[in-house]
Amino acid sequence: MSAVAFTGPSVMDIDAAKIRGAGSNVHFDKVSVAYGAHVVLHPLTLDIAPGEILAMIGPSGSGKTTALRAVAGFVRPASGRIRIGATDVTDLPPYERGLGMVVQNYALFPHMRVEDNVAFGLRAQGANKALISERVKDALATVGMATFARRYPRELSGGQQQRVAIARALAVRPRVLLLDEPLSALDAQIRRNMVEEIARLHRSLPGLTILYVTHDQTEALTLADKIAIMRDGRVCSHGPTTELYRRPPNRFTAEFLGRANLLPVTVAEAAGPKGFATARHGDAVLTGAGRDEKAGDKSLLCIRPQHLSLTADSEHTNRIVGTLSEVHWQGELTHLVLDVDGTPVRVSATKLPVALPEPGAKVPLFFAPADTSLLPEDASV
Amino acid sequence: MSEALAIAAPTARKREPGRLWIVPPAALLALLFFYPLALIIRQAFLDDSGVANVAEIIRVLHSRFFVNALINTVTISVTATAGCLIVGLVLALILAFVPFPGSGFIARLIDTFIALPTFLVTLAFTFLYGSAGMLNSGLMEAFSLPLPPVDFLYSTWGVVLAEVTVYTPFILRPLLAAFSLVDRGQIEAASVLGARPFRIVRQIILPAAIPALIAGGSLCLLLTVNEFGIVLFIGAKGVITLPLLIYGKAIQESAYQVACIIAVVNIALSLGLFGLYRFAAGRLGV
Repeated sequence: MSAVAFTGPSVMDIDAAKIRGAGSNVHFDKVSVAYGAHVVLHPLTLDIAPGEILAMIGPSGSGKTTALRAVAGFVRPASGRIRIGATDVTDLPPYERGLGMVVQNYALFPHMRVEDNVAFGLRAQGANKALISERVKDALATVGMATFARRYPRELSGGQQQRVAIARALAVRPRVLLLDEPLSALDAQIRRNMVEEIARLHRSLPGLTILYVTHDQTEALTLADKIAIMRDGRVCSHGPTTELYRRPPNRFTAEFLGRANLLPVTVAEAAGPKGFATARHGDAVLTGAGRDEKAGDKSLLCIRPQHLSLTADSEHTNRIVGTLSEVHWQGELTHLVLDVDGTPVRVSATKLPVALPEPGAKVPLFFAPADTSLLPEDASV
Repeated sequence: MSEALAIAAPTARKREPGRLWIVPPAALLALLFFYPLALIIRQAFLDDSGVANVAEIIRVLHSRFFVNALINTVTISVTATAGCLIVGLVLALILAFVPFPGSGFIARLIDTFIALPTFLVTLAFTFLYGSAGMLNSGLMEAFSLPLPPVDFLYSTWGVVLAEVTVYTPFILRPLLAAFSLVDRGQIEAASVLGARPFRIVRQIILPAAIPALIAGGSLCLLLTVNEFGIVLFIGAKGVITLPLLIYGKAIQESAYQVACIIAVVNIALSLGLFGLYRFAAGRLGV
């Protein structure tokens, strides 16, 4: 069936296993990329498990797209190896790697109808007509575009074009799906819908391994099983999404992945068996989830804006006082900005007291120890 | 409503752009182009004494020298255009998609061919491939040959090679412009999907370059049909094209009616090709 010269399992062979459970792991083994003397990706060692969605996020120039392009085969590593499943793909050309890719601007072939776009990869791999027809129908149905098969890309909206691009990548039953900022060109509303659709798609194809590169933390938080945060060509943190969000290991991660209030504190008592340490901020004695801080260490207490409350209860045992400086009502949420001993503290509240304090008023804030995390003060990366 | 009308009224009274501006360019065109053209067409129907002579037209059109020149013109122009398309396409693909240092410099260097007189290339070819040229001298010396072994320059192939060399940049320029607009993301997506380079060229890059190929190819065809300098300079025996035949009949034999009859055919051929180009361009939205 397939005439693909491929040192690993061919994309066509993967058909036998069907897509469910057929995903491969991706392993970066000390992979670095340099353009001349300029290193854009420092030695990276990372593993993406089969069926996992790993989101690589970071600011522009952080090396996340370079890492993805190295997997795709468009960038040759200066050192290190890349393995997909059991195959070392470092020296393979892109067309022999068995991948699917979706990019920001869709990259649909404008002179081909939707069905021909989706069939392109299968034809390139020498699949027979019956298989192509079946796969094209399946892929278009999966993304809800079955009725648009005869259209040209120019006759579709941005969101529809992106769905076709996803169908085109899925039709070849890739070992790994690479998504390079796939939603960046869409407007906010469609982007939100597409994030949900991709999540739904992955639930229906749980075996599909996805490397998702984005600068949008919301997309990463919504979709990813794990997140790798990139900065200056290095991974500055990597772990399960909820863990990374709730217990960021460093300041950059805390601030890049969602909003974070970072209150400077001095550790008074190291973390006990339950993992909670005691720290002082001015006169306030606060309890927070600690790591390996010692008494006397300067540290930062990370509290997410939505975890701060204006009212006390049995869980919100920590108390700080700030001076209210700004109030921003945004419909579903109200954002308050307070000054706590010179540190700006943001509060995102869905419910507010009936009598909202005026700017300039002293306002007590309450939060639960479990919603905090102590970070080393000096480690910015 | 009344306010809108009040505002619109002065605009309506405003003087339209001067219609008389059409006169200078039209007069210039008439004087420099249409009038001489009309004279040629008129001369084609009149003999040297000014009497209408349609029989001469039929005689010329059926003559062996005319038919041979027409066949030579079409053969050389079509072959040279095909050569330009192939060489131009390969060069453009390399320059646009194969990264190497100095590709921009090479592209600009090829561009300079457009600025050179066509016969200069022929002169250079004489030094290279002529009987006493570098290639033949080298081969004769290396293999102790009594006669020059390479003898294609003074033939139809010599004319074709010279025209391919001169007119390839006319294909290269629009192709490079078209290739610069090809989304690299499409090429990468095709490659990841399993397409090898040849398939990518055939199915992704070439469809995007069709308008440029048609535009460049048509221009080449027009220029090669009317090429005079190269054919004259090479002076290949028996290789007479329509422009060369017109020159010979008018200047060497003073047979003005015959020259004008052939010129009219040459003009019709050029205009026909141009019409075909416009038609194709219109269909493809070039």
